[in-house]
Amino acid sequence: MAENSSKSAYWSANVRIIMISLVIWAIVSFGFGILLRPMLSGIAVGGTDLGFWFAQQGSIIVFLILIFNYAWRMNKLDREHGVDEE
Amino acid sequence: MDQFTINLLFVGASFALYIGIAIWARAGSTSEFYAAGRGVHPVTNGMATAADWMSAASFISMAGLIAFTGYDNSTFLMGWTGGYVLLALLLAPYLRKFGKYTVSEFIGDRFYSQTARIVAVVCLIVASTTYVIGQMTGVGVAFGRFLEVDNTTGLLIGAAVVFAYAVFGGMKGVTYTQVAQYVVLIMAYTIPAIFISLQLTGNPIPALGLFGDHVASGEPLLAKLDAIVRELGFNEYTAHHSDTLNMVLFTLSLMIGTAGLPHVIMRFFTVPKVSDARWSAGWALVFIALLYLTAPAVGAMARLNISEMMWPNGGIDGGAVTVQQIEEDQRYDWMATWQKTGLLGWEDKNGDGAIQYYNDANADLQAIAAEKGWAGNELTNFNRDILVLANPEIANLPGWVIGLVAAGGLAAALSTAAGLLLAISSAVSHDLIKGSFNPGISEKGELMSARVAMAVAIVVATYLGLNPPGFAAQTVALAFGLAAASIFPALMMGIFSTKVNNSGAVAGMLAGLTVTLLYIFLHKGWFFIPDTNSFTDADPLLGTIKSTSFGAIGAMINFAVAYTVSGMTKPTPDHIRELVESVRVPRGAGAAQSK
Repeated sequence: MAENSSKSAYWSANVRIIMISLVIWAIVSFGFGILLRPMLSGIAVGGTDLGFWFAQQGSIIVFLILIFNYAWRMNKLDREHGVDEE
Repeated sequence: MDQFTINLLFVGASFALYIGIAIWARAGSTSEFYAAGRGVHPVTNGMATAADWMSAASFISMAGLIAFTGYDNSTFLMGWTGGYVLLALLLAPYLRKFGKYTVSEFIGDRFYSQTARIVAVVCLIVASTTYVIGQMTGVGVAFGRFLEVDNTTGLLIGAAVVFAYAVFGGMKGVTYTQVAQYVVLIMAYTIPAIFISLQLTGNPIPALGLFGDHVASGEPLLAKLDAIVRELGFNEYTAHHSDTLNMVLFTLSLMIGTAGLPHVIMRFFTVPKVSDARWSAGWALVFIALLYLTAPAVGAMARLNISEMMWPNGGIDGGAVTVQQIEEDQRYDWMATWQKTGLLGWEDKNGDGAIQYYNDANADLQAIAAEKGWAGNELTNFNRDILVLANPEIANLPGWVIGLVAAGGLAAALSTAAGLLLAISSAVSHDLIKGSFNPGISEKGELMSARVAMAVAIVVATYLGLNPPGFAAQTVALAFGLAAASIFPALMMGIFSTKVNNSGAVAGMLAGLTVTLLYIFLHKGWFFIPDTNSFTDADPLLGTIKSTSFGAIGAMINFAVAYTVSGMTKPTPDHIRELVESVRVPRGAGAAQSK
């Protein structure tokens, strides 16, 4: 049973990382890029505002960070729980 | 050397390169045909995925749509990159662990149902074919320009080339060819952008130049652009004008669709390990981001250049460009070249010898027009899909850059069309014929049926591409909506829920696909045949939700139906629960097998 409890701990740790990542994913794109743009309109960036920057560049950069962070964390988590590929 | 010869040289040389690689790595066994023997490094795979992914829609069409709309079309940028987050976190590692060749094999096994597998194949074929229609639109534009023929002839020639090319090899040929295509297309996209960014902002990095200062006026580039388009009566470039709900749903549809498209998902079957599948998605997005961070700069700078060309003497007061200038000044040669394709047009309606370009639907400009004797906008046709290809000519860049862009545009369209045709052909030959109707088929017979399926798909796509339902990127967006509504939810529920059963998955996919397809056909015409639509996207059936944005709602319907039906039918058997448990951990991932 030890193996099973480790597996479920592994899975819930994975799901937690996914949830946090997806919250950030949604905030930078749908949030800063679209819905919250009016709130960020005071922050000027190169002739326009921060929301425009997030919509056209910022969100893409954050997406990249999210994916690499996930890969790095998960590969580490695999080893910690002994479920990595030998 | 004239421009035509230069184009021919660049396009010819790039084709020779791809075909050379395809012959060198020609697929032998079926296993190699589908998944390249799984020996592909994550960086290589990421680059090939990027080439596969960035199609005519990204390369040829997207910057044009951003240029003429501005901020509101940021949806394409966020949507087509944000999907990789979903892919990397929710699908890629588990599907790699599962270790089969095709998306529908996973769905068939996970939902222990031949029906589920066939429904998945149908969803896949519908989405992929729609996608190929968008590619054919782009291929038509690119070939039309580079062979200096009209759009239809360009499309027919392009279709023949795509077919010959896709039949050549399997994934392995395609993988290394696509690495070459990526290099060609990214150079073709960024080099002219660097030149233009230097001209306008003095910054060699277009992504930074976009937020930099316009050298000629000293103002920030985007502020300058806003001022110019405002003067001509258009919506301000950086402002938000479109409906917010539709914008959110459209972005979401593109994101979910990205993670539901078979030809992209298939890529993650070809890496050696589960951990590599995670990295692969990241590398793919790195290579994609190089283009996607440049695209908004290309769009904004082209819009500025075009507006200034049409009003070369400092805005409306200085007077419009004259017909004589367009005909004689070599800076305007691109207009005559593109006029031949039928995708650019102008008409001196009021006979004053000048071409006034402005928004004739704007009341303020109508007043000015009445005063000055203009008779409406005289730049009568500017197809959005020509912008990227025409951009180096508009900016008066050297001939070799124009040749390079022609080669890049074709690389983008070809690589994606080939990847999609491969996905369609493997769905038909592997999943339908071998998996369902004739399991005893020989390997040779399977390869043959794969090629026949490719041929049929390309004929259908070419036929529909003659009357496309929109610009390349818009047609492609419809394909994403279909993938979002059908494939993605089934895959995600298959991994993250043990409760969803065979009946639930089948009902969910059918509901998502049918409702979305219906919504699209109601707005775009039945089977995309013009004038058979009952609604338009300007005045959609449901509130402000356009047909291109409906995929997100289709996906929600899919999830809801699948859970409801699963709750009312027999629970999933134990061996399927074990399968799901095993897919969730990387250990024990072996080489993939095929049934």
